[in-house]
Amino acid sequence: MTRLTDPYASSRETTEGTVFSVTGGDWDSLVTEIGATKEERVVVNMGPQHPSTHGVLRLVLELEGETVTEVRCGIGYLHTGIEKNTEYRNWTQGVTFVTRMDYLSPLFNETAYCLGIERLLGISGDITERATVIRVLMMELNRISSHMVALGTGALELGALSPMIFCFREREKVLDVFEMISGLRMNMAYVRPGGVVQDLPDDALAKIRATVKDLRHSFKDNEKLLVGNSIWMKRTEGIGYLDLAGAITLGVTGPVLRSTGLAWDLRKVQPYCGYENYNFDVITADTCDVYGRFLIRISELEQSLRIIEQAVDKLEKLAGQPVMVADKKIAWPAQLSLGGDGLGNSLDHIREIMGTSMESLIHHFKLVTEGFRVPAGQVYTAVESPRGELGVHLVSDGGTRPYRVHFRDPSFNNLQSTSAMCEGSMIADIVGAVASIDPVMGGVDR
Amino acid sequence: MSEKGAFGAHGTGDTSGYGGLVKSKATPGSSERPYGSYFDDVADNLERAYPDFADAIEGVVIDRGELTLHINREKLVEVAFILRDKLKFEMCLGVSGVHYPDQIGRELHAVYPLLSITNNQRIRLEVSVADGDAHIPSLVEVWAGNNWHERETFDMFGIIFDGHPALTRILMPDDWQGHPQRKDYPLGGIDVEYKGAVIPPPDNRRSYK
Repeated sequence: MTRLTDPYASSRETTEGTVFSVTGGDWDSLVTEIGATKEERVVVNMGPQHPSTHGVLRLVLELEGETVTEVRCGIGYLHTGIEKNTEYRNWTQGVTFVTRMDYLSPLFNETAYCLGIERLLGISGDITERATVIRVLMMELNRISSHMVALGTGALELGALSPMIFCFREREKVLDVFEMISGLRMNMAYVRPGGVVQDLPDDALAKIRATVKDLRHSFKDNEKLLVGNSIWMKRTEGIGYLDLAGAITLGVTGPVLRSTGLAWDLRKVQPYCGYENYNFDVITADTCDVYGRFLIRISELEQSLRIIEQAVDKLEKLAGQPVMVADKKIAWPAQLSLGGDGLGNSLDHIREIMGTSMESLIHHFKLVTEGFRVPAGQVYTAVESPRGELGVHLVSDGGTRPYRVHFRDPSFNNLQSTSAMCEGSMIADIVGAVASIDPVMGGVDR
Repeated sequence: MSEKGAFGAHGTGDTSGYGGLVKSKATPGSSERPYGSYFDDVADNLERAYPDFADAIEGVVIDRGELTLHINREKLVEVAFILRDKLKFEMCLGVSGVHYPDQIGRELHAVYPLLSITNNQRIRLEVSVADGDAHIPSLVEVWAGNNWHERETFDMFGIIFDGHPALTRILMPDDWQGHPQRKDYPLGGIDVEYKGAVIPPPDNRRSYK
């Protein structure tokens, strides 16, 4: 058979069969060529650069017609060696690294890491209430911004453009709050061992109250777009099925686990950061499918708003409390203020270390360059991130730098369930199933 | 075990002029009963459900409110099945490797955090093997979700999980040499030269420790 000559769709013979390279705009010639071969079975590489794979995820699909018989995930394209890097920085500097792992939920990475260090140091009980409430406030705002990306891109990948526009508009409002509080919209390294890096600005609570009101109104628009939408339901109902037994054996947590009807949320069952003092509900579904996970994320937005409102109320009562532990051997200088040349240490602090107290200067220098020593041992701390259980395994050898930092990222674990969800389904449904897991490749590959 | 001096590099001179700092590195040792919290119950139930308990458990460490069971690797799979089926630790949250080059004969550790949803409990299993014989039985048949985690630990530490369905690299490229998270992995760095000076890799730089 003479092959068509097409500069975009070349083919070559290998021991595995004929390999076609497709670079776009050449589908007709490809279909003609594949139709001419006797093979029923086609192996397709989807990704890593593919708009529907939710990041640099590579899916190797074995197809019979349009039915997927086997799926394998290829990951590692975003591996940056963050865990290794933290071993050559002090404990506080590690925050700046770990915040970049799962880049859609930086505050969860930071908080889980800092809770681990605080347990190693034995100062978990010394963290001020104000610092803890600020952490909760920031995490719940972050859960909203993360779910907004999950819902927006999930819809986009299934061909619904409008929800993405709305979701990113809402996410922007949350990022504005982050920018106001920390100076950064993402990867803010705001949570530090012993507390948070600086207190909220004076007008932050009023701004958050206004944002909550605004978001609650906008979420109604979002719901109207997709909840009960017949096209959306046809693409998501019964798709990506994973039941309770499958989820447990695969170690799947988060909205995917809750879509099997199990109300497992670490904020409720193993509370940390004082979550037992907030009123909120754990949302579940019993459909085990993409639509159920979508509904869970939609409803969790309202629960996060409830927690944020309670946190703001608490913060009003806790005005004036410090946001860093009292122990000066651990407390990173946390009196930042905005000067003429940008954000930096407050003038009072500079005056003290440069003008009046030599000892303060030495202390500041030692703490910032050398860091603090953490007693030897290991801990495992977990928080409920928007994607499930984010676990941190920390090992200290008694030095100023971590001996081992390992993040059990929920995306990494949950992505394993792709095969269980997709094998036997249509190729178009893979996109919906992967989107419902909501993997963030920065967290998967670290 | 203790170390002297404030800086990390040896033989290059401590420019602080002060060599009197002594750091003690005491790793928490084995614990005695009572363990406290629900840990006594877990140990009792395991002892009752598993007759070879004394052979399998090399040590019990209670530290910072967490229970670690050091398991003999020959018995790991048996213990894991008992923990899953009898003690209801339904979920294994993966495996994390740690490399201790100083612990001769037990250089590589694999750490498994377990979670019981039924009883709302957490424990940790730890298996130690020698660098020259880095084989640990795979737990994929017990907890299928450990598949990728074991591949990652193999990739990063070179621990071979016997019985794993497809133990290949997962984060690094397939043809990569070496296992990056090991402490003896050469860091190299980039040759930056300035007036004859070369910037050494991070583990050879002078630093606080």
